Amino acid sequence: MELTELAECVSSMSCVVTQLAAGLTIGMLLFLVASGLTLIFGVLGLVNFAHGSLYMMGAYFALAAYGPTGSFAIAVLAGTLGAALLGLFFERFLLSRIYGQDVLMQLLVCYAIILILDDVVKIIWGADFRNMGVPPAFLHPPFIIGGGVVPYFYAILFGITALIAVALSYGMSRTRFGRIVRAAAVNPGMVGALGINTTVVYAAVFAIGAGLAGAAGALSAPIRSVVPGAGVSILIESFIVTVIGGMGSIGGALAASLILGLTRSFGSIGFPLFVEGAMFVIMALVLILRPSGLGGRRG
Amino acid sequence: MGFGRDSAIALAVLLVFILLEFTGLRSAGLVDFAIRFATFGLLALSLNLLIGSAGLVSFGHAAYFGMGAYSFGLLMQTGAWSVPAAIMAAVAMTALLALIIGALCVRLSEIYFAFLTLAFQMLLHSLILSWIGLTGGDQGLMGGIPKPPFLGVDLARQDHLAAFSLFCLVASAVALRQILRSPFGAALRMLRDNPDRAAFLGLSVFRYRLAAFVIAGSFAGLAGVLMSLYVSGAFPSFAFWTTSGEAIFMIMLGGVSVFLGPLVGAAIFLMLNDWITAVTEHHGLFLGIILLIIVLGLRKGLLDFAFEHWRARKGSQP
Repeated sequence: MELTELAECVSSMSCVVTQLAAGLTIGMLLFLVASGLTLIFGVLGLVNFAHGSLYMMGAYFALAAYGPTGSFAIAVLAGTLGAALLGLFFERFLLSRIYGQDVLMQLLVCYAIILILDDVVKIIWGADFRNMGVPPAFLHPPFIIGGGVVPYFYAILFGITALIAVALSYGMSRTRFGRIVRAAAVNPGMVGALGINTTVVYAAVFAIGAGLAGAAGALSAPIRSVVPGAGVSILIESFIVTVIGGMGSIGGALAASLILGLTRSFGSIGFPLFVEGAMFVIMALVLILRPSGLGGRRG
Repeated sequence: MGFGRDSAIALAVLLVFILLEFTGLRSAGLVDFAIRFATFGLLALSLNLLIGSAGLVSFGHAAYFGMGAYSFGLLMQTGAWSVPAAIMAAVAMTALLALIIGALCVRLSEIYFAFLTLAFQMLLHSLILSWIGLTGGDQGLMGGIPKPPFLGVDLARQDHLAAFSLFCLVASAVALRQILRSPFGAALRMLRDNPDRAAFLGLSVFRYRLAAFVIAGSFAGLAGVLMSLYVSGAFPSFAFWTTSGEAIFMIMLGGVSVFLGPLVGAAIFLMLNDWITAVTEHHGLFLGIILLIIVLGLRKGLLDFAFEHWRARKGSQP
């Protein structure tokens, strides 16, 4: 524990700004993964334990596309679309067979997918850490705000993730497709009776959720190292987000992601070895005090 | 007819596994396998008290496995404890941990129960990693564990350890079986099938579930003790979520509704693991494909599958 250093940091404007920027950026990336997870749970009733692996695949697809093209935009596109297609494949051939089954079945099918993807990645890309490095197009001098250093690339990342979050909430609340999805979450039988093909809706929602995870993986490839098994730690983090935020609640997921991102960035100063533990303490506290999460419906 | 063919296939597969396990592919042999089987069999058996009988899908059972291993290892390393006393103390400490965590978890419904147990397990895992002075951090509990002989049992010898582990497994299985056949076990099954009605009849849902949680945790602690004796140490991975995942996989392999299902599942899982490791380095790929075939093909454990066929056949014959 270095709590004195944390107190020192909190009392200095520059340190607060730096940590705030890092925390919000990490939080927004986490939000992309978690919102996909919570969307899939809310609509399909499926706990997708393999969601973190789709994040990892997004990062690897981005690496593969960035190598020959050198374009970060194409890399992010490749990560998003690749993970969406992979998700579509899993949903159609594996997960759609266990809709409505108990949590154990879902757990095991997803556990199998995690094991398989981790090994496929090792076969194709090797077991070592890989790093994309910040693309040259983003190597600009950092912003200085109140004495605090905000790297240019962090600001870009924050902008892109915020844009996706806005598009997601607009899509869910204002478009026809969003209304169908929300209706399917509440009463799929009625939606089907109205002549809407729920199979297609389910597949589309899963692909969107997978694409969000892939996008987060691709976007974070320049700042985090990419390694087989990376899916599990992000999976647990995004689960904490969905549980704190309330299963199925996008707004709750946003609040929880930012809380966790800030815990991570400030915690790495105050209690570097116990950052993981602190996230679980927060989750346990929320579950004990408010079992359905911050944004979840009680019932 | 269908059952005869299916069971013949299942038997043949099992035979192939046993042959592969003990001829050529693995050299460590029977003694080594017996210890690992007793350890993981006990872990899976104790978890099934929660999943199969009480209907509580715990995703944090490895916490008690790790707790048992670390407390036993630390007690023995002080040099002041005999083996039986340290085992009892380690199991008691694990039971206490399960009591505290269980009291916070068992009120919650299915999916939240799974996550809160997972959260406490990962909290213990990060405590183990960060309390380096006590636990050795990510290096694990190093320096070996002294195993002074007691009552003519010398656990430093592999054959003695194997016999001792199997004894612990059998004694625990008998005890768990008795618990499940008692009125307490019947109450747990009623709570699983219809908690509202059980509460209406005056059963305290909280107390029964908590008791089941503590019992299951204690036996998992004993399994952890056996594990620390086997590897002569303790490692953070004992309390990691994958250990819980593997235990659930074992239960599903063998079957949740038959008492001995988890033991069959543990044996198959260990052989599967050894066999795949011997043949290929792409361990997860093959394990995952086999898991998919079993889960999507059978949709239940092997013994569940066999028993349902047996019951259906008995039912169709007047």
